Amino acid sequence: MDREKLITMLHDMLLARAFEERAAEEYGRGNIAGFLHLYPGEEAVAVGVLHAAEPSDYIVSTYREHVHALVRGIPANSVMAELFGKKEGCCRGMGGSMHLFDRERRFMGGYAIVGETYPVATGIGYTIAMRDLPEAVICFFGDGAVNQGTFHESLNMAALWDLPVLFVCENNHYQIGTEIHRHSAVPEVYKRACGYHIPARKVDGMDVLAVHQATQEALTQIRNGTGPQFIEFETYRFRGHSMADPGSYRPRVEVKAYEKEDPITIAIAESLPVYPSSEQIAAAGPDSIDQLATHLDQAGHLSSETLAELKAGVAETVEAAVRFATESPEPSLADAQACLDCNRGMEVLI
Amino acid sequence: MAETAYWEAIRRAHDEEMANDKLVIAMGEDIGVAGGTYKATSGLYDKYGPERIIDTPISENSYTGIGIGASMTGMRPIIEIMSINFALLALDTLINAAAKIRYMSGGQIACPIVMRTPGGTAHQLAAQHSARLARMFMSTSGLRVVTPRGPLDAYGMLKSAVRSNDPVIIIEHEQMYNLKEDIPDEEFFRPLEGAEIVREGTDITLIGYNYSVHLCLQAAQRLEADGISAEVLDLRSLKPLDRETIRKSVEKTHRMLVAEEDEAPVGVGAEIISIVIEDCFYALDAQPVRIHAADVPVPYNAKLEKAAIPSADDVYQGALKVMGKI
Repeated sequence: MDREKLITMLHDMLLARAFEERAAEEYGRGNIAGFLHLYPGEEAVAVGVLHAAEPSDYIVSTYREHVHALVRGIPANSVMAELFGKKEGCCRGMGGSMHLFDRERRFMGGYAIVGETYPVATGIGYTIAMRDLPEAVICFFGDGAVNQGTFHESLNMAALWDLPVLFVCENNHYQIGTEIHRHSAVPEVYKRACGYHIPARKVDGMDVLAVHQATQEALTQIRNGTGPQFIEFETYRFRGHSMADPGSYRPRVEVKAYEKEDPITIAIAESLPVYPSSEQIAAAGPDSIDQLATHLDQAGHLSSETLAELKAGVAETVEAAVRFATESPEPSLADAQACLDCNRGMEVLI
Repeated sequence: MAETAYWEAIRRAHDEEMANDKLVIAMGEDIGVAGGTYKATSGLYDKYGPERIIDTPISENSYTGIGIGASMTGMRPIIEIMSINFALLALDTLINAAAKIRYMSGGQIACPIVMRTPGGTAHQLAAQHSARLARMFMSTSGLRVVTPRGPLDAYGMLKSAVRSNDPVIIIEHEQMYNLKEDIPDEEFFRPLEGAEIVREGTDITLIGYNYSVHLCLQAAQRLEADGISAEVLDLRSLKPLDRETIRKSVEKTHRMLVAEEDEAPVGVGAEIISIVIEDCFYALDAQPVRIHAADVPVPYNAKLEKAAIPSADDVYQGALKVMGKI
């Protein structure tokens, strides 16, 4: 991979972290409301996967999708304005944090019903297969989503009809507040795909280069017309499930038990009554951003000046996004009605 | 003009729309090789192949969702759900996805699916195969719900639904698939909105939709023998409802009855009477009446089933009550 792409990926991870931390602050100020699900800790997955995708591929995501949207190229202004519920948001303020869409960028939505992404993505895969194009659809979901019936129904049909779908499990080990061993009889999520003869593997989701490579390999297979692929990325979210959730269900005894199996959790000071600070998190463990920065540094790709520039750049982008969102007008009820009324005759769709 | 059965009308609409547009596909359980439970897609598998006439696994929520995903990227899927009772399994993708995607995306991404399903009692299909559920769908913003009463609408509304950018739910009825009507040989379309006066009258308006229109028509004939002139109004579309046509008819007859095959609470009849009260209360000369099913799951026992579901006689008796004759 060339240096420029590596630096771009590091930039996107830094932007993701800065954007989400700022979103949390704006939530505290009351500028963002509703359920706000943040991504810090999981950046390597979105960045690694989406940098391996082509612009012609489709993305279907969950309610924890701000970072997928940003990495896909939806401007930070547009995403932040949507979080603020404003008219210049990517969905005119009708979607909100959990429902980001961008037709031009083939970002086919964030869905807040757990497990709804599978059939939607599989259906998009059906269109691609009908048109016989070298495109794919990437379907994101969490470990908590694999116990929905749609998981099995859709994987069955995707495999039955050889559809070009890449199923990407972001396994952060928690279904809201329930740890994976308490919600899944088979906690190795990737093993479930073999029930449908879908090639599946587990990859370190804290290592963005491993994520990128695995995704590229899977997409190459899919473009060869061999049907769906499945990757489970092991990752971890540093915050609670949403801003409404302090994450206090992760008690010390459980964390200790868990730590024996997965070194990633060593990074997390779960039992603290408040969120760990970024410094504490960075000092504690294998943060994916630090991993990539260290790699680049060792490979001679990254100077401390470049890193400082990247950080200053994303800080300015996020600052500008908040300004844009603040100044953007509120939508009206007539705008809402206009989004719903849509029988306008045949349209040329994407 | 040719006499055409309801199922043949649906089959013809599929055939024409699929011939007209490669993006039109049909999907459902047993619709392909087996030709469909009610023959609505018979012969089309051989003509259009397995990729466009898709035999799905028994996974209602996901195959409906797959139709939704396909529709978001340009396809025009006609999704058959074998019985509206099974559509309960697809409520998530229908109500949380199909009805809301265009809205949540700020108008960017349309979701032009058509879902066809029979909803109604047939012959002793018992509690889990006899529900109607129209009221459940008509309360959802973002969906269209239409109820063709005969072959003409079954054909013309399906064709319009395929070409509409809205998600459209077409509620058919097990007891109507063999109903015959003359329909034109040349292609035509029927609007997805707008009620229709199917029989003119001056003394009372009988309002029905789907199968209950036929009950109203039978009752109107008997009322005529009693010297009562009944107007019969077919709602045709439950979402949106045509308030204007309802108001005009009631302002003409000053009396109304609404007949639904479903149970009454929070139902079609409740909505129609609310509209009448809101829009033309002072035109009423008598208290409105709802004809509806007994508030029990549909019984298996043949006599009980008949007793639980409204008949033409129930509509007739209800009309006499409105007229002050009993």
